[in-house]
Amino acid sequence: MRRLGLLFVGLLLPAFLLGLWQVASARAWLPPQILPAPGEVWASFKDMWASGDLQGHIAISLLRVIEGFAVGAVLGLALGVAMGLSPVVDDYTRPLFTAVAQIPSLGWIPFLMMIFGIGETLKIVVIAKAAFVPMTLNTAAGIRGIPRGYAEVADALRFTRWQRLRLLVLPGAIAPIFTGIRYGLTHAWLALVAVELLASSEGLGYLLVYGRQMFWLDTVIMAMIVIGLIGFVLDKGLERLEIRMQRWRVVA
Amino acid sequence: MLAGWNWRGAVIPLGLALAWETASRTGALDPRFMPPLETVAATAWRELRHGDLVTDLTISLARDFAGFLGGTLLGILLGTLLGVSRWAEHLVMPSFNGLRQIAILAWIPLISLWFGFGDEAKIAFILMSAFTPVVLNTFEGVRSASAQLVEVGHVLRFTRLQFITRLYLPQAMPSVLTGVHLALIYAWVAAIGAEYFMTVGPGIGGLIIAGRERFEMDLVLLGMILLGLVGFLINRLARSLETWVLRWSPERSAR
Repeated sequence: MRRLGLLFVGLLLPAFLLGLWQVASARAWLPPQILPAPGEVWASFKDMWASGDLQGHIAISLLRVIEGFAVGAVLGLALGVAMGLSPVVDDYTRPLFTAVAQIPSLGWIPFLMMIFGIGETLKIVVIAKAAFVPMTLNTAAGIRGIPRGYAEVADALRFTRWQRLRLLVLPGAIAPIFTGIRYGLTHAWLALVAVELLASSEGLGYLLVYGRQMFWLDTVIMAMIVIGLIGFVLDKGLERLEIRMQRWRVVA
Repeated sequence: MLAGWNWRGAVIPLGLALAWETASRTGALDPRFMPPLETVAATAWRELRHGDLVTDLTISLARDFAGFLGGTLLGILLGTLLGVSRWAEHLVMPSFNGLRQIAILAWIPLISLWFGFGDEAKIAFILMSAFTPVVLNTFEGVRSASAQLVEVGHVLRFTRLQFITRLYLPQAMPSVLTGVHLALIYAWVAAIGAEYFMTVGPGIGGLIIAGRERFEMDLVLLGMILLGLVGFLINRLARSLETWVLRWSPERSAR
């Protein structure tokens, strides 16, 4: 009951704003090029959905994120494990890694555009870089954070290298690694929007640019909402998975 | 100092620089893609002396700061309000969280339609980027104020304003500063992003985009290096500011 009440209160503001928006556009307080009616946005959504265009853009964007994220996450996991296990690897790679990470993905895009052109490779590389950095940092920190006692037990049990990795390192660092995956995916999604805004002829980011060029604000707002919804679902989905995967953990 | 010097860390960057230099000199790599490093240095010197590098940098930073300041102040206001009043929280937080899901760059087309391509639009965008982390962290900080101290406040018959200025905000300070720190970083990235998409007027982002369009790799590289360097300095500055502001706090040593 209380939850329902809170939900209701939370919906008051959006409802009020939506009402204001509706009234403002119905009375033409603002020209439709500046603020189209909410109905227009909905209509543009229905149109693009019915024609399948929207699903096409969504599919392309999602595919890019998945590909780029997969590349970045695997590389990040590998480097993170290596850095976490071996101080020597850490010494060698850390300064260069920090320098690469210091320049935000947005700063890399023009440089990478000149090297890779504006094709699919560019998108994958940019997204992979965005996912790679948090993945590496969190994995390395997670492995460093495994209590020394566990490593001593592993020594006493004469674990092989492989057993050590599988039975000690990965389970011990799973929580921070998962944090890395979540941040990695969030960053990958943001990078996708950035790269599609700058250099793309399809996908959700492109839809924004296209709508902007045509002065179709209904399309722009619709694309923004879709981007928000997908970002939300990705984040919440991983959060759920994170909780589920960590059920076995005993909270100290 | 020198004993702690991590010489291993220099191996890969130096190796890469050497490979780059040989490749672009022998022509193994097209120097248009990978100009020799001294060309980049020469470009930096030229731009610094005769070009608009300093103007570009100053203007980017000025916008960055304006947006950051506005976003931070508004963020502390809203965050405090949300933290102090449950009603405000239930009313506003769901909408705020909903809007926050939209990737920040996705706002740029809308902002450019509303505010044009000038400074207003850029500052508005930077302000938005700085706003979000400050709201969230201020809210968290105020909300986690100790209940015992709140009781003390009641005993002392604090007014509402006194509650906020003497009790909630000082207690929330570490958390607020975390938000401000994030805001500084986000605002700088947003300042560059805004210039990418609203390519009117000077700025470091504009310099990078212009370099790409004219296919001048040395300019792009220079811009990137500056971007990273400024980001690094801002981060350093934020950290020392944090330590300095929190020097009274007992949590300081733990942070």
